[in-house]
Amino acid sequence: MFADYTMTELTSIFAMQGFAGLSLFSIFVLMALGLAIIFGQMGVINMAHGEFMILGAYTTYLTAQVFESVMPGLYGGYFFVAMILAFVVTFALGALVEWLMIRHLYHRPLDTLLATWGLSLILQQTYRSVFGAREVGVSLPDWMMGSIAVTDLVEIPINGLFVMVLSLLIAFAVYLLMFRSGWGRQVRAVVQNRPMAEAVGIDSGRVDRVTFALGCGIAGVAGSAFTMIGSTGPTSGQLYIVDTFLVVVFGGAQSLLGTIASAFTISQAQSTMEFFLSGSMAKVLTLLFVVGILMLRPQGLFALKVRR
Amino acid sequence: MKANLFIEWLKSREGIYYVLLALLLVVVFPLALDSFRLNMVGKYLTYAFAAMGLVLCWGRSGILSLGQGIFFGLGGYCMAMFLKLEASSPENTAIQSTPGIPDFMDWNQLTALPWFWEPFHSFSFTLIAVLAVPALLAFIIAVAMFKRRVGGVYFAIITQAIAAILTILIIGQQGFTGGVNGITDLRTLMGWDIRTDEAKTLLYFVCVGMLFVCLIVGAWVMRSKLGRILLAMRDQEDRVRFSGYDVASFKIFVFCLAAMFAGVGGAMFTLQVGFMSPSFVGIVPSIEMVILCAVGGRNSLLGAIYGALIVNAAKTFFSESFPELWLYGLGVLFIAVVLAFPDGLAGLYRRYVMPLESKLPAILRRGNAEAQTLPVEEAK
Repeated sequence: MFADYTMTELTSIFAMQGFAGLSLFSIFVLMALGLAIIFGQMGVINMAHGEFMILGAYTTYLTAQVFESVMPGLYGGYFFVAMILAFVVTFALGALVEWLMIRHLYHRPLDTLLATWGLSLILQQTYRSVFGAREVGVSLPDWMMGSIAVTDLVEIPINGLFVMVLSLLIAFAVYLLMFRSGWGRQVRAVVQNRPMAEAVGIDSGRVDRVTFALGCGIAGVAGSAFTMIGSTGPTSGQLYIVDTFLVVVFGGAQSLLGTIASAFTISQAQSTMEFFLSGSMAKVLTLLFVVGILMLRPQGLFALKVRR
Repeated sequence: MKANLFIEWLKSREGIYYVLLALLLVVVFPLALDSFRLNMVGKYLTYAFAAMGLVLCWGRSGILSLGQGIFFGLGGYCMAMFLKLEASSPENTAIQSTPGIPDFMDWNQLTALPWFWEPFHSFSFTLIAVLAVPALLAFIIAVAMFKRRVGGVYFAIITQAIAAILTILIIGQQGFTGGVNGITDLRTLMGWDIRTDEAKTLLYFVCVGMLFVCLIVGAWVMRSKLGRILLAMRDQEDRVRFSGYDVASFKIFVFCLAAMFAGVGGAMFTLQVGFMSPSFVGIVPSIEMVILCAVGGRNSLLGAIYGALIVNAAKTFFSESFPELWLYGLGVLFIAVVLAFPDGLAGLYRRYVMPLESKLPAILRRGNAEAQTLPVEEAK
């Protein structure tokens, strides 16, 4: 399949597809970070994660609408307001869901999967009733339009670059929070040994709630970023949920670095193959590859070495 | 002697439930419903096959598969390929540029039948394939996973991913599979028109018959020593392993059995509905099969059948009358069945109806001499 192209063409194809893959990579990282916190730290399967992301996207859409009609002069800065709002809204919903539903199910991981699937159906239908079945999009502020030409053949769109930088920043923030802050230490303590953590005075119920809500909040920010590169519909979240779960599992559920590395591998493999094969075959091959690796190495790429 | 034992069994509590179900499916529904509705009940029952497989696999052995749609779809596609080949005889397809191959292949510029379609000219091969293809794939997945002691959540996610892969593959390979429309326009089975009302009624009875075959196989597995090992494995896997049992082999067996049940269901689905498409293969139908099983009661085979009937009937009713409400209803059902009724209908029955049952014969006993035998039977 490579024979028809010259070497320089091949290089630029890989470069262009690589950048195309990077925007997929950003979505994967943003979604997978929240999932990795919730699944890796708490063992809860949140099938409604995509819907939390879409909630963030709709929040961003509404904020954009408000800015457009009330203060068009400040439109360039709406995104930062929207991002904070998206985080707050999804964080609050996440805390509520944890309190109503998840905390009763911690010892039954398979049941959290079914219950959150139910939640995702309810949320999807709510979005459909409120925003309609059609996809909505936001108009980008001026400074995010256009692209940077690196060479004659290679161009990087600014919005994609922005989202990528944003996702790396958020990943770094999550790293600081989980591994460099007192709160992160509490979370890890509860994960490793709940009774002992409680014995030294950690309120494990509260830690659980905040962890879950934080994972959802990051999904909300992901949704906010998602509006920069795609349009939002009621079922947009569900499209990514299986891929994202594979990203998390493939990376090794408890390792942030693993999550990022696997998001990179999967998105790059997919977008590079997309150029040479049809989109569906590229996806099939990527997923098969991941499933195959997981069968050989079920603990994922970057597993923590722990005794079980 | 054997016949006697059978009658004894029929009089037992369990036997009565089976007889009641048989009466409902064989007598009440065909008498009460018109041909169209009966065909729909038949369609619901095909999901019950997959749900029964999940009872064995999930309720009994603790292996949650989110990929029963894969096996349902494979069984259905095997049957559909046979029927499609029969429908695409050279005479029927004379207007195509290549007569004798299915119409969608012709539209996709295929000029010869792909190799994997060839064996489906034979009906006996198809019947074997309906069981063997799902079982083989299940075997491969199960060996790869269970021999490495992967289970629980990871298994669920991987099966879901495989369901996604298969759907994308079927949709993408339009020329070989019929793409997103699936394999449609199926007409005859060995020269017998399956589209008439009489054929549909007959197929309904065949479906009920197959359902009872699977039910009895499933019940036998649950009652046998094998079933007890499965249960022990679910609750204390390591202890079973340390007792010298090869846990992985038992899991592989039960997963393959569940896949075969789903395959039979899929084949019956194709026969009764008259087409097969990727929308019955993917993530959403697979997880709906889990909810059928959960609503019925994840530990009860009979519950799975009632669950399939009730949930699907509700789905049809709501999507006909209030389409917006159905997803809310389904969502609430998922949450309620997990949080409030983990044992589903079967659990509710055991808790609320069974205590009444013991009173019932007492009332009957006063007036009716015949009913006196019932409590005696129960005492055994």
